[in-house]
Amino acid sequence: MIDNLWILISTILVFIMHLGFATLESGLTRAKNTVNILFKNVSIVAIGLLTYSCVGFSLMYPGESFAGGWFGFSGFGIRPPEGGMTLAYGNYTYWTYFIFQGMFAATAATIVSGAVAERIKLSSFLIFAAVFVAFVYPIVGMWGWGGGWLGRLGFHDFAGSTFVHSVGGWAALAGIIVLGPRNGKYVNGHVRPIPGHNIPLAAIGAFILWFGWYGFNGGSVLKADPAAVSLVFVTTSLGAAAGILGAAATSWFIQKKPDISMVLNGSLAGLVSITAGADCITPLESVIIGIIAGIVVVLAVLFFENVVKLDDPVGATSVHLVSGIWGTLAAGIFGEGTSVVVQLIGIAAIGAACLVTAFTILFAVKSLVGIRVSAEEEMRGLDIGEHGMEAYPGFQIFVTQ
Amino acid sequence: MKLIIAYIQPHELNNVKRELYSREIFKISVTNALGCGQQRGYHESYRGVDSEVNLLKKIRLEIAVNDTFVEPCIEAIIKGARTGQIGDGKIFILDLPECIRIRTGETGNEAIG
Repeated sequence: MIDNLWILISTILVFIMHLGFATLESGLTRAKNTVNILFKNVSIVAIGLLTYSCVGFSLMYPGESFAGGWFGFSGFGIRPPEGGMTLAYGNYTYWTYFIFQGMFAATAATIVSGAVAERIKLSSFLIFAAVFVAFVYPIVGMWGWGGGWLGRLGFHDFAGSTFVHSVGGWAALAGIIVLGPRNGKYVNGHVRPIPGHNIPLAAIGAFILWFGWYGFNGGSVLKADPAAVSLVFVTTSLGAAAGILGAAATSWFIQKKPDISMVLNGSLAGLVSITAGADCITPLESVIIGIIAGIVVVLAVLFFENVVKLDDPVGATSVHLVSGIWGTLAAGIFGEGTSVVVQLIGIAAIGAACLVTAFTILFAVKSLVGIRVSAEEEMRGLDIGEHGMEAYPGFQIFVTQ
Repeated sequence: MKLIIAYIQPHELNNVKRELYSREIFKISVTNALGCGQQRGYHESYRGVDSEVNLLKKIRLEIAVNDTFVEPCIEAIIKGARTGQIGDGKIFILDLPECIRIRTGETGNEAIG
């Protein structure tokens, strides 16, 4: 009974992460696109939960009789099996398991919205997100968590560094490649910063995400086991704290001043990277993993922006993809009974599958309905263009960049 | 000396700036402005109710120039801000009797620089 209750509480915590994503992303983008980004974050919760109840859960956890290692499907909708509400199903009910996993699915989809912000057509984004979260997320998730080939190989991803964060991160990467940078981001080959409009809102988002992560990782124990849950809380917290430290030091050293947006990203990078091995590492190892994640996330943001010239307004690829890869590797390096080689195989397989499918969906959407708003709409802001309303009516906002 | 005041569409500011720079006019002031002209406004909706926004967002440019730069400056603003649709804006040209640079105390043509 207490296990069931704990997973439901964790579900609530994972749900509140959507508020964290919404505030973080709107804070780190321009005021003229705030309604649009909030709209995307709200609809993603709906898309994630509805598609997961329709096909996702059945694709991800097809059950013994259907699991072929790569693909399985146990039918449309969610129907509790015989004894789904009793101890015969487990120490929690079928409904509990569904809603906890459904909340995760929505989280994976929401990662993309920040990366493609300020220039993607709303309709195109919604189509892309719906198809991606309905099919790609549950199918690759099944490989590891639903009894598939990666899980049998011994691939260790405790709460989803790869299956949630990297999956979303790969889709985000494909999205920013297909979309191209925002107007005014690169002028004559030089990077122009486009600052977010509300750093306090971004800070609230980072703290709420950290708060929700106790459910994300803590709930993934799938038991209210005192020893396991308390270890996960310690490693999760230390990882985030160390991520802040690593990012602060790196940004202070490279940029000469400590950059708050980098530090917020550092805390999230620490959290993402600790997610793969939170159950099988020591607190000291979690600090090492977090510090490295903090350093790497700052370098990754600068690399994406200056070297490969991909425009990611909120740094979603650096936080979720790069840190997700690092965390998955770290679980192989530090974890007990895990193998770096198997972790590498998993990272590569998931990466290839997600990139190929994301590109396919994006190009299909691009040729069917187009993917980018007009240059004029981008300048005026998507709030007016897509929604016909402003986020801050009555405020004088410069819409000149 | 002339003072050129122009009202343009906010999203054309970058184009106008680029055109001005290419004619070596670098000193401009920009403010947010609200106004309405022939276009009157546009419609927004809030909680499902249509509302007419009467005053449109505009950008007000102020540029003080010496006489030889008046023509290039006007040219630049028109080239940068013109789309051919209603709402492109207006340019006003005023005589400028005096200009003083605070740092050096220079006056007149020198001060515009």
